[in-house]
Amino acid sequence: MGAILKREMSAYFSSATAYVVLAVFFFFSGMFFNFYVFAQNSTSLTYVFSSMFYIIMFIIPIITMKSFAEEKKQKSDQALLTSPCSLTEIVLGKFLAAFIMFALCNVIFLVYAVIISFFAQPQWSVILCTLLGTLFLGGSMIAINVFISVMTESQVVAAVLGMGVGLLISMMSYFVSNIGIQWISTALEKISFMNYYANFTYGILSITDVIFFLSVTALFLFFTVRALEKRRWS
Amino acid sequence: MIEVKNLTKRYGDIKALDDISFTVDTGEVLGFLGPNGAGKSTTMNIITGYISSTSGTVTVDGSEILENPRETKSKIGYLPEIPPLYPEMTVRKYLEFMFDLKKVKLPKKEHIEEIMRLVRISDMADRLIKNLSKGYRQRVGFGQALLGNPPVLILDEPTVGLDPKQIIEVRKLIRSLGKKHTVIFSSHVLSEISATCDRIIVISEGRIVADSKTDELSKALADTQKLSLTAEGSPSEVLGEIKKIPGVKKYMKVRELNEKTALYSVEYSNDCDIRREVFSAMVRINSPILEMKSGNESLEDMFLKLTQGTEKGGR
Repeated sequence: MGAILKREMSAYFSSATAYVVLAVFFFFSGMFFNFYVFAQNSTSLTYVFSSMFYIIMFIIPIITMKSFAEEKKQKSDQALLTSPCSLTEIVLGKFLAAFIMFALCNVIFLVYAVIISFFAQPQWSVILCTLLGTLFLGGSMIAINVFISVMTESQVVAAVLGMGVGLLISMMSYFVSNIGIQWISTALEKISFMNYYANFTYGILSITDVIFFLSVTALFLFFTVRALEKRRWS
Repeated sequence: MIEVKNLTKRYGDIKALDDISFTVDTGEVLGFLGPNGAGKSTTMNIITGYISSTSGTVTVDGSEILENPRETKSKIGYLPEIPPLYPEMTVRKYLEFMFDLKKVKLPKKEHIEEIMRLVRISDMADRLIKNLSKGYRQRVGFGQALLGNPPVLILDEPTVGLDPKQIIEVRKLIRSLGKKHTVIFSSHVLSEISATCDRIIVISEGRIVADSKTDELSKALADTQKLSLTAEGSPSEVLGEIKKIPGVKKYMKVRELNEKTALYSVEYSNDCDIRREVFSAMVRINSPILEMKSGNESLEDMFLKLTQGTEKGGR
């Protein structure tokens, strides 16, 4: 697992991926920070975080699109799958690398909090809670996107599909209010990522939300392992 | 060392492998021969655990690939048909990654240096793999398979795409590795296999059509001798005389060399030498023999015979 994690990280930073992702993330978060904190004379990062929700949905497929699709295409997966590593180790290595990449993006929020602290007392508990929520949200989105990447050989297909899924997840609350059939809208509401994420941005750390994101992550990582296993048997 | 038992692999209705069984002893170099698409790569992929078989078992050094995948895989060094390389890494970084991935417990730096020396890529150590030529990439792939000195080496067409000098080097390397390792390597080039291997398995249409020691194979299958004859005189007369000689199985005129001379090919059974009879027959019709050469069937002929035979039988 360590070997794969290390290789993935160096692959991010030896290609343009890491820098492009960091630049886009910093640009949008900086813009929202300017709009919602400086322009509004506010100390709250809540709106910055909730606006970043959509950016995260787009940025994560870029981080993960390579993970399995590229390996399959250039046949380097043969090295991984014939090495004495279990599939779980391989998948976890890939997942953790993408997660660390994503976490690095989020470091910028701490910088913003420190900037606020020069002018007023920032709400540290809310900020840290939201940051935690962002990491949980990111983790589950990364797991979903790693799973998408394992299903295809093309990075572009993986990225576009991932963004589509991200968009669908972002619009879940919109569907909820527009679908008349009661049980469908209730069901959709229960899996709306925004609902669970919103609690974090208010500074509410609830066990339900944490478990929701953790189980989505675990579920899709499990699917990824099974998809790899299935490829071997087909 | 390696025991393959009743291996079958189906892709939907297509049988890629049909009940393949063989064993390889420690220190043996086994050549896997067959036309393209015969099932060589499939067999190798199953032995190394990249894909699974529909039925059948593979045991390497006493451990079974499905029951004990980790232990089994750590005993195998595998060079697939397309070397599993990461183009954006340098050779050294890549080998270090593979070293960690394979969980090798030797001193890392020295071992990698040693491997690079062995496959002669030390000069390229700090170059990006994407900038290397095909031959060097193949060698990096080779180096990767050798990491950790696994007792079993599986090499899928290791000489494809190399220039003649490199091919000779790789053959030498395989032969020298055969002293310490058990090697299975595949090729569709016959001369290569017969020059390098102790034993040959010929596979065609997913079935083993021959399995024997390299020299035995040529002996056992060469029940027919071939005679090529260049003689003057009218072709119909010459062929008429050849036909009369006992033991002749097949005869034909290959081509006319000029208006008086023609080249003939005669096949006859191994147990009788017809050269003397041919000589006296030609004397009888007053056709001087300009050249006569008899020889065993080449490995190429045999290979074609073996693989074509199954195609007819299979369909």
